[in-house]
Amino acid sequence: METLESPIRQVRVVLNSNYAVAYAVRDVDVDVIATYPITPQTGVVEKLAEMIAEGELDAEMIHVESEHSALSAIIGASATGARVFTATASQGLEFMHEVLHIASGMRLPLVMSVATRAISAPINIWCDYSDLMNVRDSSWITFIASTAQEVYDTIIEAYMVAEDPRVLLPVIVAYDGFWMSHTYEPLYVVDDRSYVRSLVPRRDRVKLDPLKPVTMGSIVGPDWFYEIKYQQVEAMKEAYDIIRDRDRDVGKALGRWYEPVETYNIDDAEIAILTYGGIYGSLLESVDKLRAKGYRVGAIRLRLWRPFPVNELYKAVKGLSTLIVVDRAISYGASVAGPVALEVIATLHRMGAGLDVVNYVAGIGGRPITERDFEGMFELTLKLSRKARELGTLYWGVRGVSYE
Amino acid sequence: MSELRIRGVRDLPREELFAPGHGLCAGCTAGTVVRHLLKVTGRNTVIVNATGCVEVSTTMYPYTSWRVPWIHVAFENAAAVASGIDAAFRVLARKGLVDPSREIKIVVLAGDGGTYDIGLQSLSGMLERGHKVMYVLYDNEAYMNTGIQRSGSTPLHSWTTTTPIGKVLRGKLQVKKPITDIVAAHRIPYVATANIAYPIDMDQKLARGLAVDGPSFIHILQPCPTGWRFDPRYGIKIGKLAIETAMWVNWEMMEGDFRVTTRVPRRKHVKHYLTLQGRFKGLTEEEIEEIQRHVDMEVERINRIVGEEVIGPLVE
Repeated sequence: METLESPIRQVRVVLNSNYAVAYAVRDVDVDVIATYPITPQTGVVEKLAEMIAEGELDAEMIHVESEHSALSAIIGASATGARVFTATASQGLEFMHEVLHIASGMRLPLVMSVATRAISAPINIWCDYSDLMNVRDSSWITFIASTAQEVYDTIIEAYMVAEDPRVLLPVIVAYDGFWMSHTYEPLYVVDDRSYVRSLVPRRDRVKLDPLKPVTMGSIVGPDWFYEIKYQQVEAMKEAYDIIRDRDRDVGKALGRWYEPVETYNIDDAEIAILTYGGIYGSLLESVDKLRAKGYRVGAIRLRLWRPFPVNELYKAVKGLSTLIVVDRAISYGASVAGPVALEVIATLHRMGAGLDVVNYVAGIGGRPITERDFEGMFELTLKLSRKARELGTLYWGVRGVSYE
Repeated sequence: MSELRIRGVRDLPREELFAPGHGLCAGCTAGTVVRHLLKVTGRNTVIVNATGCVEVSTTMYPYTSWRVPWIHVAFENAAAVASGIDAAFRVLARKGLVDPSREIKIVVLAGDGGTYDIGLQSLSGMLERGHKVMYVLYDNEAYMNTGIQRSGSTPLHSWTTTTPIGKVLRGKLQVKKPITDIVAAHRIPYVATANIAYPIDMDQKLARGLAVDGPSFIHILQPCPTGWRFDPRYGIKIGKLAIETAMWVNWEMMEGDFRVTTRVPRRKHVKHYLTLQGRFKGLTEEEIEEIQRHVDMEVERINRIVGEEVIGPLVE
């Protein structure tokens, strides 16, 4: 990425994903930030506090007393017409849960970053995706980034999508806690911030204004509630095409092109491994190694979790005999315990794609997932054959568990 | 912000910003609070309403009783939502996206459940951060919206559906939480208690709360015919008796200066207040005297703070 097909000057910097979030939030000129510290997200708000203190960003930072209040405060600010931001992880995201649904129900274009982390108990501050998967049904558009560059670009894209009058839904941009939040990578950031601002123009919308009074958040009975919630269904559906358009806009404006489903060596593959987040880089290396051993294997990355990219996934898996889905969270007691695998199976069934889907759960509570782990999962799948699918979920790397 | 001068009802604007047709119970004095509040605030106001009686009774979709911008988010977070609105107006004015000369007032309206209990944390956060928001607590001393359950505000020995007066347990076993003292301990510019039966005193306090530079808190006793079990015509009478028995004291604290605004030269026994209300029905003489002793102690404490006998002796 030394030469950029980009119409503007971009500066190469070295940042972790937390700081990449902060740079993007600064560049889109956010007005109100409400924050509460939680590991591993804290770097985001520390950097933003520094930017405000140094006059690099003109925003109000509300130092709230909880994540519940953080989300509530930016709901109030967004309802007033401000561009808003918050960041959290794990217990903080859980504490917000009630308000997550209210934010989307009130159709407010909030943007939040989540440095994903395990959920207590036992308390564990390290990475998995239990927090993010727990908020799946809260009607937030959800991106999962895999590099600091993508984090920066996706925060900008998130505002483009959220504030679109056809969408008006809140957006989460998630990335691996620690693996990404605290790992430094080179990336490009835009030199001239007015250019980024031109990508996310201020738009008028319904807001709290004494000159034009509105009632927001009223009580709705059985006679209208369903229709109002159905509008959210439609908005989420419509958001998909708008995200695809904005993917192209980001590509044209910044020279980096994103797809809701990214693939690697998929064209002649018989088996592919699908995962999400920062471990995708390790997966690509293991695919190279497996290819060197003569296996026809490919990799798939899910970048967009909500709305789920049904057609893109279907296209990606065409021609495969087996798809291995490596999940990073557990749905306890489910038929298939990996939340993404569950969704993938439902999608492929719906589309009539007859391939085997094998689900692994890995990396829980910050257990590292290396190239060697992906290779191991691949080899075990070959060895177990049909049984791998029938097991529902294979818990990779747990002491005392064996499937052979 | 200049303060609205209110010496009598004629000083209140005739304009009604609280539209008729709401669904509050017959005789509910929360409607009285809202009507007066909006007369004092005027149109240039945003209301943040916590979940509660007023919220559900005034905004049944697709109707609304509010002629000013109004927002409800949830039960425990009205102060946090108001903090966000305050921050938003400030930064938008700075960036030229809102006219800075407009001085829009931000008012939270919440019940006792949303303030004493579930909303205490977000309230404390808002006060500590010093947002320019007036927080109005309409206190009907229980979770009336869900059907009369005990709150931290429910007085000693009061019946509620979760604190029955039975053979073993005798209503609420604890005394009312001193919420206004807790708020005052945050050292905010203005804190006051008020009572719907003393509307001019209440309206003056609302006006002062709006005028100070920083957070203010107005705690209003709001008799509830449904939950307190009294005839709907007695709301104001009960409010008056609360003052006359010193079950309730109207006071204010401006920049730390404490003042009792409704003096009671001759105090009535609490039984006059209690016997009008079904929620205290079935209490024994001893239990009533126990409540009286708590009131006597509180009167003594207040007189000591003021340095003179603003609440007089028990005479009837």
